[in-house]
Amino acid sequence: MFPNQFAYHRPSTLEEAVGLLAADPDAKVLAGGHSLLPAMKLRLAAPGALVDLASIEGLRGISADGAVTIGAMTTYNQLVDSDELRARLPVVAEVAAGVGDPQVRSLGTLGGSLAHNDPAADFTALMLALGADVTAVGSQGERTIPADEFFLDILTTALGPDEILTAVRIPVPAGRVGMAYQKHEHPASGYAVVGIAAVLALGDDGTCRSARVAVTGCAPTATRAAAAEAALVGQALTPETIAAAAQAAPGGLEITGDLYASAEYRSHLVTVVGRRVLEQAAARARG
Amino acid sequence: MSATLDAAAPVKLVGQPLKRREDPRLITGAGAFLDDVRLPGLCHLGVVRSPYGHARILGIDTTRAAAMPGVLGVFTGDDFLDLNPLPCAWQAGKVQNNVNTPRVLAVGEVHHVGDPVAVVVAETPSQAVDAAEAIDVEYEELPVVVDARRATEPGAPQLHENAPNNVVLRWSCGKEAAEVDAALAAAEVRIDQPIVNQRLLPTPMDTRGSIGRYDPGTGEYTLWATSQAPHVMRLLIAAFVMGVPEQNIRVIAPDVGGGFGQKIFLYFDMPLVLALSKKLGGRPVKFYEDRSENYLSATHGRDHLTDVAIGATRDGQITALKVDTHANLGGYLSTIAPGIPTTLYARMIAGCYKIPNIRVDVTGVYTNTAMVDAYRGAGRPEAAFVIERVCDLVADATGLDPAEVRRRNFIQPSDFPYDTGIGMLPYDSGNYEPTLDRALELVGYDDLKAEQAARRARGDRKLLGIGLSSYVEVCGVAPSKWIGLPGEGWGAGLWESANVKVHLTGKVVVTTGTLPHGQGHETTFAQLVADELGVPYDDIQVRHSDTLGTPFGFGSYGSRSLSVGGTAIYKSVAKVREKAKRLAAHMLEAAPEDIVWEDGKAHVRGAPASLKTLGEIALQASVAYDLPEGMEPYLDETTYYDPPNCTFPFGTHVCVVEIDRETGAVEPVRYVAVDDVGNVVNPLIVDGQIHGGIAQGLAQALYEAAVYSDDGELVTGTLNDYAIPKASMVPTYELDRTVTPSPTNPMGVKGAGEAGTIASTPAVANAVIDAVSHLGVRHLDMPLTPERVWRAMRDAERSDPGVAAAAD
Repeated sequence: MFPNQFAYHRPSTLEEAVGLLAADPDAKVLAGGHSLLPAMKLRLAAPGALVDLASIEGLRGISADGAVTIGAMTTYNQLVDSDELRARLPVVAEVAAGVGDPQVRSLGTLGGSLAHNDPAADFTALMLALGADVTAVGSQGERTIPADEFFLDILTTALGPDEILTAVRIPVPAGRVGMAYQKHEHPASGYAVVGIAAVLALGDDGTCRSARVAVTGCAPTATRAAAAEAALVGQALTPETIAAAAQAAPGGLEITGDLYASAEYRSHLVTVVGRRVLEQAAARARG
Repeated sequence: MSATLDAAAPVKLVGQPLKRREDPRLITGAGAFLDDVRLPGLCHLGVVRSPYGHARILGIDTTRAAAMPGVLGVFTGDDFLDLNPLPCAWQAGKVQNNVNTPRVLAVGEVHHVGDPVAVVVAETPSQAVDAAEAIDVEYEELPVVVDARRATEPGAPQLHENAPNNVVLRWSCGKEAAEVDAALAAAEVRIDQPIVNQRLLPTPMDTRGSIGRYDPGTGEYTLWATSQAPHVMRLLIAAFVMGVPEQNIRVIAPDVGGGFGQKIFLYFDMPLVLALSKKLGGRPVKFYEDRSENYLSATHGRDHLTDVAIGATRDGQITALKVDTHANLGGYLSTIAPGIPTTLYARMIAGCYKIPNIRVDVTGVYTNTAMVDAYRGAGRPEAAFVIERVCDLVADATGLDPAEVRRRNFIQPSDFPYDTGIGMLPYDSGNYEPTLDRALELVGYDDLKAEQAARRARGDRKLLGIGLSSYVEVCGVAPSKWIGLPGEGWGAGLWESANVKVHLTGKVVVTTGTLPHGQGHETTFAQLVADELGVPYDDIQVRHSDTLGTPFGFGSYGSRSLSVGGTAIYKSVAKVREKAKRLAAHMLEAAPEDIVWEDGKAHVRGAPASLKTLGEIALQASVAYDLPEGMEPYLDETTYYDPPNCTFPFGTHVCVVEIDRETGAVEPVRYVAVDDVGNVVNPLIVDGQIHGGIAQGLAQALYEAAVYSDDGELVTGTLNDYAIPKASMVPTYELDRTVTPSPTNPMGVKGAGEAGTIASTPAVANAVIDAVSHLGVRHLDMPLTPERVWRAMRDAERSDPGVAAAAD
């Protein structure tokens, strides 16, 4: 209920924030606070200082050129309400609408979710499927990290100790592409017991040109379902090929169980949710 | 002509869906809950709790904590050896030889994770928590047992020396075992079924807390506590724990944000904050749980392991019922724990049915878990779950429709008052079949059954299930001469009292010993008084929740506030009215027997213009210079009311669920409830109570389970793991009512606070099991999580591949 004592910083520039992090290895970045603060109140996390990004200009908002760039401090509600996203990447707005509850959506941020890397978060899987790039700024400057290299392990990312996730850049694929995300929710937390994101692109001949499928909720971190992807590429997307890909999806995943859902059941859910989300994505790709 | 008269007649408020007068205050943040109480010099308690399910305390080092900033004192159990252990007030089942209750802080041993071991008092809450973390306790871990059946087996870890095999009580009711065994042996249909009623966390929105203040000048104590029973808390603390005169303690229950039973009981913190305030020279000391503390050490509910043996005829008559239940009561006995699985569970096992041979054996057990005590419904939900599963099992075994099995076994209207023969008071009144008929009609039962069959035949992905629950429960729990006697073991009364005063301005103040923690007493009681006295609703104030200034009451639980506490008000109003009539006769120079009371006015029979208003009469009673010979001044009457019987609400609920064949996920899609709670004072409040009750009971069926690991850790210790229902997880409720007045009280009311919870759990579980019954599934344990339902379907298909083929 009451966190341990901590210092609170509210820098107004990114440089200042990076400096604070570099100077204090015990400091943590505060974005929306909906994961970090509950952990602190339960005393599961006890950072010596918080560096709040709320007053730094330029970390919020959505812009589009060839790709869509989303500032790290953009809230879920801003994603839900974005015309830009609705036009170009509606799946992002859809997923945001299903995160947490109204309080979480009004304060929780995309960057916070990705940097926290909860094993059951929705957006980790979605960013993997979308092939997003993460932009990070630290004392060594700015770098771009592909989503595939960003999510390392439970609550662990490729960010260095003084690096701040500043934006996410999502390519907007051309042609016949279908994107979808579905999850089986935990009745208490609302987090994904199994969540699967799929981005399927069709070639001129109607076969699957590329497939990116990512699974969250059942392993230490969100992961690409490589076996499912391999089973789809080059295939006509029929109920049979989709079912076969879904059946293959658990292969290679490090699926774990807990009190609510055993590994065996989660593995089964991956095949069911997988088939449903692939069918949805395929239908969207066909238009 | 008559239309004009009707229009002129004042509207009766009883039966009107008035919005609750307390809500504007409570929903705009203007209420004052315990955490809102501000007192000068308030200091705060931080509690050190056992991390082990069972351990010996070898030493406690408070040195580091005592030196922390803001710390006013650090205390352990040894500092309070002058305080007695908390009393167990309901010693049902002859438990007197093995009662083990908590001390304010553990001494020597701890018996569950979360057991309070030491406390810090500090200037701020966070200083108190920081310092509590700096107390070093050395433990020797002892073996742990969390399962009630395993705890009674040879070689199981022992919790208390005076309770061999961890047995609190072995108790039975009904016929001799041999007689019921013979009836079972003779039955045409015999069914045996283990049934689990899992442990639940009551989860009131406002967690528990208390503030204690000692006045060194007067030697008096004030306790603010989140309590459903402040008068009883005062009695227990004064007479049983602290040994101070009762009148030296005042207990105030501020606005209380939900209780569900958990706030009936005496907890360690209540006497502790009083004793600490005295040690600190009178500084008020506050304890307010966070959610994790509430989950670890406030009481839990249910947790029964039951074996049922059923005998029935081939045409669905239940002829014998033998029930053997292990009730997990936790590491110690809470205030009324032994009464729940005995009086309130076992004696209600017959439900709404005439069953000639019943025997219930109950074993109450200590385990290394938090204490278990009354939780919304308290024993009756457990009983309703058993008997309503029994009905469906009989239907399954005989091939009859579940509705028909219930019909064939119902107690009939002409049977009331009806004695089930297992030691419960006679059911007061009832007419069960109309609630079943109406519920089936509302839900469209026949069409749903046809739809279910069609979906199965087509092999649809969504299976349909329809579940019934016809229930009867006991509430308005009272008759002191029954529950107070040694056989039931309460050892005290269960009456209620109320005072009604008409001030000289004609305004009415009702003070009641009962109190709300969310139920809207201020509104309901004012409606009642407005009608009975004929005064405007807004002229009536209802006061409660403070032992200073309210007459004694045993508290709000067992859906008893209206039928017992409300009747005390009703009778006080009648006394006021009679006195007002006698005074009016004097004022109008008429004979008292010629005075007619109508709409707040007294007039002479046959001469309606010759009248006195209540205001005029109250003024005359107050100024008192012209009263009839021997009449005392003021209109001010008190009643102590002890009813002749409990009340027995009943009804039928129907739940419709859809099950995803691929994932096992259950979606409750329809819910029809037809309840009979007797006469209704405020239908809006009653509907609200039914709604909340259904949500809570449905959640037991589908979502909630408090789980301990084998080493005694509460695995579901946060709201991230323990699934209370959200609005999106429950269906829209379709409600209706029948009205069978209770003959027990003059208003004919029964009680509505727990009915929804009692009825809904079996209705929902029966629906889920019905949905998969064609696969050969006969019973499933709760909560019916997707995985559990998926496994049941998969296992049924594996054991009989033909079933799957036929079903598809």
